[in-house]
Amino acid sequence: MNNTYDVIIIGGGATGAGIARDCSMRGVKALLLERSDIATGATGRNHGLLHSGARYAVTDRESAEECIRENMILRRIAAHCVEETDGLFITLPEDGLEYQARFVEACRTAGIRADILDPEEARRLEPAANPALIGAVRVPDGAVDPFRLTSSNILDARAHGAEIRTYAEVRELLREQNRIVGVRVYDHLTHGEENYYAQVVVNAGGIWGHGIAAKAGIVVNMLPAKGALLIFGHRVNRMVLNRCRKPADADILVPGDTISLIGTTSSKIPFDQIDNMNITPDEVDILLREGEKLAPQLATTRILRAYAGVRPLVASDDDPSGRTVSRGIVLLDHATRDGMEGFITITGGKLMTYRLMAEWATDLICKKIGNPEKCRTAEIPLPGSTEKREEVEKKISRKPLAQRRSAISRHGDLATRIDSGDSLKNSLVCECEEVSIGEVEYAMEHLSVNNLVDLRRRTRIGMGTCQGELCACRAAGLMGRRDAVCARKAKADLVSFLNERWKGMQPIAWGDTLRESEYTTWIYESVCGLSDEKTAAK
Amino acid sequence: MNTQQNTVSENNFEQCIKCTVCTVYCPVAAVNPDYPGPKQAGPDGERLRLKRPDFFDAALKYCMNCKRCEVACPSNVRIGDIIQAARIKYGPQRNTSPRNFVLANTDLVGTLATPFAPIVNTAVALKPVRLVMDKVMGIDHRRIFPKYAHGTFTSWYRKHAAAAQEAFPRQVSYFHGCYVNYNNPQLGKDLIRIMNALGYGVRLLDREKCCGVALISNGLYKQARRQAETNLASIRTAVNDRKMDVITTSSTCTFTLRDEYPHLLELRNEDVRDHIELATRYLYRLLQKNRGRLKFKDTTPLRVAYHTPCHMEKMGWAYYSIELLRMIPGVEVIVLDSQCCGIAGTYGFKKENYRTSQAVGEPLFRQIEASDADLVATDCETCKWQIEMSTSKRCEHPLSILASRLA
Repeated sequence: MNNTYDVIIIGGGATGAGIARDCSMRGVKALLLERSDIATGATGRNHGLLHSGARYAVTDRESAEECIRENMILRRIAAHCVEETDGLFITLPEDGLEYQARFVEACRTAGIRADILDPEEARRLEPAANPALIGAVRVPDGAVDPFRLTSSNILDARAHGAEIRTYAEVRELLREQNRIVGVRVYDHLTHGEENYYAQVVVNAGGIWGHGIAAKAGIVVNMLPAKGALLIFGHRVNRMVLNRCRKPADADILVPGDTISLIGTTSSKIPFDQIDNMNITPDEVDILLREGEKLAPQLATTRILRAYAGVRPLVASDDDPSGRTVSRGIVLLDHATRDGMEGFITITGGKLMTYRLMAEWATDLICKKIGNPEKCRTAEIPLPGSTEKREEVEKKISRKPLAQRRSAISRHGDLATRIDSGDSLKNSLVCECEEVSIGEVEYAMEHLSVNNLVDLRRRTRIGMGTCQGELCACRAAGLMGRRDAVCARKAKADLVSFLNERWKGMQPIAWGDTLRESEYTTWIYESVCGLSDEKTAAK
Repeated sequence: MNTQQNTVSENNFEQCIKCTVCTVYCPVAAVNPDYPGPKQAGPDGERLRLKRPDFFDAALKYCMNCKRCEVACPSNVRIGDIIQAARIKYGPQRNTSPRNFVLANTDLVGTLATPFAPIVNTAVALKPVRLVMDKVMGIDHRRIFPKYAHGTFTSWYRKHAAAAQEAFPRQVSYFHGCYVNYNNPQLGKDLIRIMNALGYGVRLLDREKCCGVALISNGLYKQARRQAETNLASIRTAVNDRKMDVITTSSTCTFTLRDEYPHLLELRNEDVRDHIELATRYLYRLLQKNRGRLKFKDTTPLRVAYHTPCHMEKMGWAYYSIELLRMIPGVEVIVLDSQCCGIAGTYGFKKENYRTSQAVGEPLFRQIEASDADLVATDCETCKWQIEMSTSKRCEHPLSILASRLA
């Protein structure tokens, strides 16, 4: 086995996946290593907001300009991951209209279309918006699905020859004098260790990049900032809703696929807490209190889950105190910065700018290894976005309507690869999100699924109202059949899936969500006999 | 403030905990694989339709609106209403199919047919005519049409009954419905006879239109709403000005006037809803309160099998009709398992539904045949047609049975 590559990328978030794609498209032989599954860090733990850049227009023009450029690119290259909803920045009486003029001016300077709407028109366009609004500005915000986006980059990287390994954790950076020459990797699936070598090692580990750099004795001054969000049971708003004021807590409501998301809070946390994403009652209170101001009906809508992510904010190198924080992209060449050859760190930035981050990183990689190819990731569509929706619809017209439309939302033109040959393949595994047996089998075969939680990220099983009540055991059955695993292992996977679902419900467990989770517990403990496996749904 | 305690969903569809008992009880899902079942068509589908209206699935037309899903639901989700409301909101807005127009416009067709009843009845019973209706209109050739009466109930009432009714000390209003008016005036006459025997005069509403159930299920919502407004205005006059309760002999008319008006047509009726009553229940309660007695003449033994119509099940009122039958001397009542007969109003007339309709009813038909009953009784006219067409038994309204044995 050849363990030598041109580049090793550490981190399977959007940025890492984007670098793998960009590198492999330029003929750079890449290996991507991810300690868990793809999109498990900050990539999968945010709003899924396709920023227009308007939110940063007043405070950070550079970020705003990057956002609107990438926004337009993603609509083209990742059409199946994007929903073009547009967004409203609403002014409530307590905010005052002074900010609006500044905001619109700043948007226009940054190249972001910003139309001031009559309050009446805004209420008509977005009936969920607080009717007390006194002003509204329409901007090209949207929704982007981070799981699909990452998965699609991974698919394309692999198609261009990149090697992707999930559940492969970098334990050590291999160093020869002042050069990083490779990595030592622990494989969580086989429990073996292996060395891999490359000319360049890229640290794309998000907030965990701090620890990765530390393995080379390098300090990247990051500030972990936890952001909590709530998921509502159905789509409350059609357009993204923002408050037209200085960015603050819980002032963005995004419609994403079947649900709506309110967020975020922001709190500094110590590094030893970055893997502990429990939500506090205070965070839930802030999100609800502020959320109701954007859309009053949130107060009477069922909440599905709460979750949090950690922003990889980077303190400026010029200011070691960490007070000056940028949300911009930070690309560190440790050769020039720290005298360490063959090692670079890409961090900061946002989901929105993952492609640009990948482009910058890949440009630097290519410079280091002497590859003259230019970046083409802004022009060539991602797998899934190469055909028009209507064309795809025609090709899979045999699938029942809701299933067909859901599958196209999730996989774009790749939905045609889902087996819909007979009524068995069209039987539903997940009823809330319309995931068929054919789709689960497709994901298991082509999208690197190792367990039920991975399967959820590829298909949305368990992300609907029932949070796994009906689909988890069906999916476990299909997984077990594929892997021919023993019942004990299949049950352990089922328990870990249900526990992961419960973790998100626990902070908001009241009303119908609590009732439903009790019912789920009853099904799995009393009917399926999962109670032996430590604890089932709880 | 603890915001969390106050954040409870008001969305009825979000009260669904996916237990799926509704789909288990759905008569259609059991026999027609093209129908996704009430859970998926209702609360699950609603969530998708809120995401994007183009998730509306035309297969929702297979719902018979029997509401048995709602009866089964332990979480009080108005599943049937969600499905019907989705058809109103997202479905085809203009239903121009001539067949649906004919089936839905019971008043118009009844008015045209009754003067020529002998001709119409003979014609629609002829095989060639039925084949033409099947091919041209999509009305299944195997379906037997209810016979039209020669002359309507209302014209009989005005000529022969109206004057006498005013003399009674107590008064009640009667919503006769299309079936009594155009097909079975005898049931209306039976009701008058019974009520008169108890000292009640029976009056008609100022203006009565078809309750609209057939219009709703055939997509003619605007017309349904207009007719409902007319009916509610007449009911308000009767209840508020004349202090009369309004009774009906059809379980579906009662259900539509009381529950479908507010839930589907968004017409508020809470001011009069409690005064809209099913005739058997009204009568049972009068007799329970000793407001008069009925004298019977014919007491020969009669074995009657009672069939509970779906909307009767939804209202929870089958008890009253069953107990009323039991009060009749000589009558032995067998209560059939409560299950849908399959016709669901105009649903079973449609060619594409015929097979589903008969498959849904099959277990009921078998039970009826095995019951050894002399007669089947039910409060729904379309159930009666279905049972008479699909079994060897005659089917009558409980009040007709009662009236036939009065002294």
